[in-house]
Amino acid sequence: MTEILFFIEVVVAGLLAGTMYSLVALGFVLIYKASATFNFAQGAMVFFAVLSFVGFMELGLPFIGAFFVTILLMGLVGFCTERLVLEPLLNESEDTVLMATIGLGFVLEGLAQAAWGVEVRRLDLGIGDFPIQWIIDSTGLFISALDLTAGVVAAGLILGLSLLFRYTKMGLGLRAVADDAGAASSIGIPLNNIMLMVWTAAGVVALVAGMMWGARAGVQFALVDLALKALPVLIIGGFSSIPGAIVAGLIIGASEKVLEVYIGPYFGGGIEGWAPYVLAIFFLLWRPEGLFGEKIIRRV
Amino acid sequence: MKSKPVILCYSRNDITNFVVLMILGFAIIPFIVPTDYWYTSILIPWLCLSLAAIGQQIVMGYAGQLALGAAGFMAAGAFALFNLELRLPFLPFPVALGIAGLIAAAFGIIFGLPSLRVRGIYLMVATLASQFFIIWMIDKFGWFKNYDTSGIITAQDIVIFNKPFTTPFEMYLVIMVVVTVLTIFAINMTRGRTGRNWMAVRDMDLAAESMGISLLKTKLQAFAISAFFCGVAGALFAFTYLKSMEPVAFDIKLSFRILFMVILGGLGTISGAFIGAAFILLFPVVLNTFGNEFFHGMIDATIISSIELVVFGVLIIVFMIYEPLGMAKLWENLKLRIRSKFSNRFGGEQKA
Repeated sequence: MTEILFFIEVVVAGLLAGTMYSLVALGFVLIYKASATFNFAQGAMVFFAVLSFVGFMELGLPFIGAFFVTILLMGLVGFCTERLVLEPLLNESEDTVLMATIGLGFVLEGLAQAAWGVEVRRLDLGIGDFPIQWIIDSTGLFISALDLTAGVVAAGLILGLSLLFRYTKMGLGLRAVADDAGAASSIGIPLNNIMLMVWTAAGVVALVAGMMWGARAGVQFALVDLALKALPVLIIGGFSSIPGAIVAGLIIGASEKVLEVYIGPYFGGGIEGWAPYVLAIFFLLWRPEGLFGEKIIRRV
Repeated sequence: MKSKPVILCYSRNDITNFVVLMILGFAIIPFIVPTDYWYTSILIPWLCLSLAAIGQQIVMGYAGQLALGAAGFMAAGAFALFNLELRLPFLPFPVALGIAGLIAAAFGIIFGLPSLRVRGIYLMVATLASQFFIIWMIDKFGWFKNYDTSGIITAQDIVIFNKPFTTPFEMYLVIMVVVTVLTIFAINMTRGRTGRNWMAVRDMDLAAESMGISLLKTKLQAFAISAFFCGVAGALFAFTYLKSMEPVAFDIKLSFRILFMVILGGLGTISGAFIGAAFILLFPVVLNTFGNEFFHGMIDATIISSIELVVFGVLIIVFMIYEPLGMAKLWENLKLRIRSKFSNRFGGEQKA
């Protein structure tokens, strides 16, 4: 019985950790949906956002104030990216834009470190990274409060974004742009505003993801590498699907933990580092377009 | 498909240039570079990383496969050479180096397999697996490190025909020979059928396939040869520059640096690999000296390294926007401009 309980515990911990991957992946999906651009800088945006947030807090701003100032800052980043990087590359191939966003990532990492320094910061959200007592009492499962919060926040964010896209005029415009940018702009949908909104939304998602990660592992450069883990999540979920990002994040989180706990010891542990990527490769062989992605049809 | 890199052909003229460079490297540099500093901190790493950049260039610039795992293959080559020297000491160094390259190439084929199904960013993620997996494997299994627990393993000396090559200058000569041979090999490959197949696949893989080019063979070939170059480069890098075997030296940051060398140097050119490697290697040095010279240590070293990141990022964006063919194309344009100026003035023959 305890073994089953332990297995459930591992899976639940994995699922909740997976929501953190989902949060990072969500930022990628937002931008990919709107502009068919794979934004490699999303990881750097997570780092940039949360480091700025902590930096503003240290300057004496209250929690809420720092949060909104950071969101404004991310909007500015999005605006600059749109004007200075994406617009000149409008008709370039996907790979070229991808490489430019890699460059953008380095700019953001460098700027963040130049402005706020390189030392590891602690971020205290007031939520401890320890098991919740009443869950232990009622079910015997050890579940971290932070994991649970991340899960709830992720769910809320996803719900909010879905509603935004489905029921607002902005969301309708966004879907039109995603479908066919040329046609959308010819019927008067303000392309630039839509892009600005999407990049700001991605910035907000990055900030939230960064806060969750930062509360667990400290606000440090390693966040950029953690964000790379969102890549296998995207591959499994498909680049253009918000539910895909969520489901895939859960899959990666759970399977990573299960593999680490049950198979890892045979290899000396530490397989978490590459297991998600290998999982993604096997997934690619089976469904190259991802779980919920659109089928890719290519013609000569 | 939108604009893709144009082939910059190598003429006989360029091969003559190459020979001139070789004479410069073998006959002139030994006489004008007296200090070990230049060999150990600039020339040796430059040549090693250039070789790795050629590897990246082959798979990315020529075959058009977005791969991001060069450092993983470098680590594979380095540790293969370490173990070959350790366990089969009777093997001559050049043979061992070749085998190390082949072992890396085997890894290249394995991790190139996903390229048959996926492309672009998907492939990048798949190749990232190689990066993390190879480093993890070396770290976790003590056999690769000869069960050394100290964490610092010294690389063996390079011995060819019973002559040890241990001074920086001697090592430079060894690397120079290897780089020369492999560069000629790479240039010939890119000019021949192999390279043309790669470029056909890069420019439009479906069209290439319908013209009878085997995607399976071409892509895996590109991955294998690329990994071979990276493996040899990694082995030389560890044996002459690092002088110790540590998997950490081959982390993802090195992969990114090699990627930048290729992007900034110019995709689809061999010379771009050398130019890019020189730039990525020298730029931090220049920035540091500049920072110390003008601000006398008032700027923190961490700030300088952050600024370095920003500048690299900005440069990549700028090159992607204005000159996707990189510095090699700028150099080519400069040469053309000078040449046309001279031919106008002296009424010489026009060259396109």
